[in-house]
Amino acid sequence: MRIEIDPIACDGHGLCAELLPELIALDEWGYPLIADREVPPELEALARRAASVCPTLALRLAPRHRAGQR
Amino acid sequence: MSLPRLLAGIDDLPMDQRRHTSVHGELPRWRATELLAELERSGLRGRGGGGFPLALKLAAVRRGGSSPVVVVNGTESEPMSTKDRLLMWCAPHLIVDGAVALADAIGAAEVIFCLDELEPRIHESLHREIGERAEGRRLTMGIVATPGGYVTGHESAIVHWHDDGIATPLPNPPRVSERGVRRRPTLVANVETVAHVALIARHGADWFRELGTEADPGTALITLSGAVADPGVYEIAHGEPLASLLRTAGGASEPIRAFLVGGYGGGWVDAGELPKLRLSRAQLRPFGTRLGAGVVVALGQSACPVAEIARAAEWLSAQSAGQCGPCIHGLGSIAAGMASIRDGDDPPTLDRVARWCELVTGRGACAHPDGVAEFISSALRVFAPELIDHAELGRCDACDASPTLTLSGTHAVH
Repeated sequence: MRIEIDPIACDGHGLCAELLPELIALDEWGYPLIADREVPPELEALARRAASVCPTLALRLAPRHRAGQR
Repeated sequence: MSLPRLLAGIDDLPMDQRRHTSVHGELPRWRATELLAELERSGLRGRGGGGFPLALKLAAVRRGGSSPVVVVNGTESEPMSTKDRLLMWCAPHLIVDGAVALADAIGAAEVIFCLDELEPRIHESLHREIGERAEGRRLTMGIVATPGGYVTGHESAIVHWHDDGIATPLPNPPRVSERGVRRRPTLVANVETVAHVALIARHGADWFRELGTEADPGTALITLSGAVADPGVYEIAHGEPLASLLRTAGGASEPIRAFLVGGYGGGWVDAGELPKLRLSRAQLRPFGTRLGAGVVVALGQSACPVAEIARAAEWLSAQSAGQCGPCIHGLGSIAAGMASIRDGDDPPTLDRVARWCELVTGRGACAHPDGVAEFISSALRVFAPELIDHAELGRCDACDASPTLTLSGTHAVH
């Protein structure tokens, strides 16, 4: 699976970086920086949890290859 | 047919239908599939700034489903560009021809022309022309006035404005080709792009490719401003040396320090590179910039580049739609950093500004932060000596000179 952030929805609460520091860090303004968008299988459960606790539902998980993706 | 193509027969007044036909000939009717193939063969790329191949946009809209819509983007929100206004005012029939051809090609029954609300004169003239042209066709054509603002011209901001009255970019995905105006697949094409379509529909792809380069076929409109004798809109063949365009424009009005190529989404190039600069997307890439919407500004040696960049950075930060955190905070930090360098701050601020440029890239819903980052980082490269002087010594005598870079609200058709 792949991590996608909707930058309009994201308000920088930062819960994702706390749950998934292996893949997500926060910039100096508190917004997520994704090290690697592809989630390795061992982190999938944590990634799902990060997506579900995001207060603005800005973090989404998408299938690896998605049509129409830039 | 050599140059000019788009500007053929143009003077200060709107060309009426009769004169338009005598200059360009009748618009032939095409089978949709044949016109699509011809447009693909032409290699035409979008002229609004992104430079995306038109054929790919057309294919995406066709994949998007039924009842597509054509939007002709005439917002021209880049403050130093006047070419789209010039075309809409002087050659409205060419724009309408291109829009009709595109609508036929993708099976659209609706065309929407978007135009800055501060251009009532163009609005009126275009309104008259589309009224005449819509008669007897199963095609609805309308005009939407768009509010000011740099990101208003973004294709999803136009859709947002049209549907909800809010002129800010939308989340992507979905793309407007999948879900645009009233959730329908939407082709958003720049005014100049549409005018080229009108000519390709008349003369074909081979004719289009007779001018320009293999990688960037055709001609392009350039809005040239700054330290030149005769600023204005010029039509060039892609690949033309910038030096030759400057000669056409009467030469430089003072020694030039650098060129801004591509406007606020483009980059700065040192004037010393002039002998090597050729005007096309591919030939500008090694210089770290792009042709974008065709804006070229010559910055004279009497100007203070640091004051110019700081002023532009503040404006560009204010142009953020305020939706994405990295854009709001990042562009704000960059603007504050540039102001403090101008006023005399420790040189380390330069490194911080460079880092913020990297940090904002790719992190907005639209490409505004990316464009600002390119504009600023190219300035850091080209104007390094002046920036270090300012960081160490503070403001210079040229800081308060009248600025070369236009920010907004000063558009006029020449």
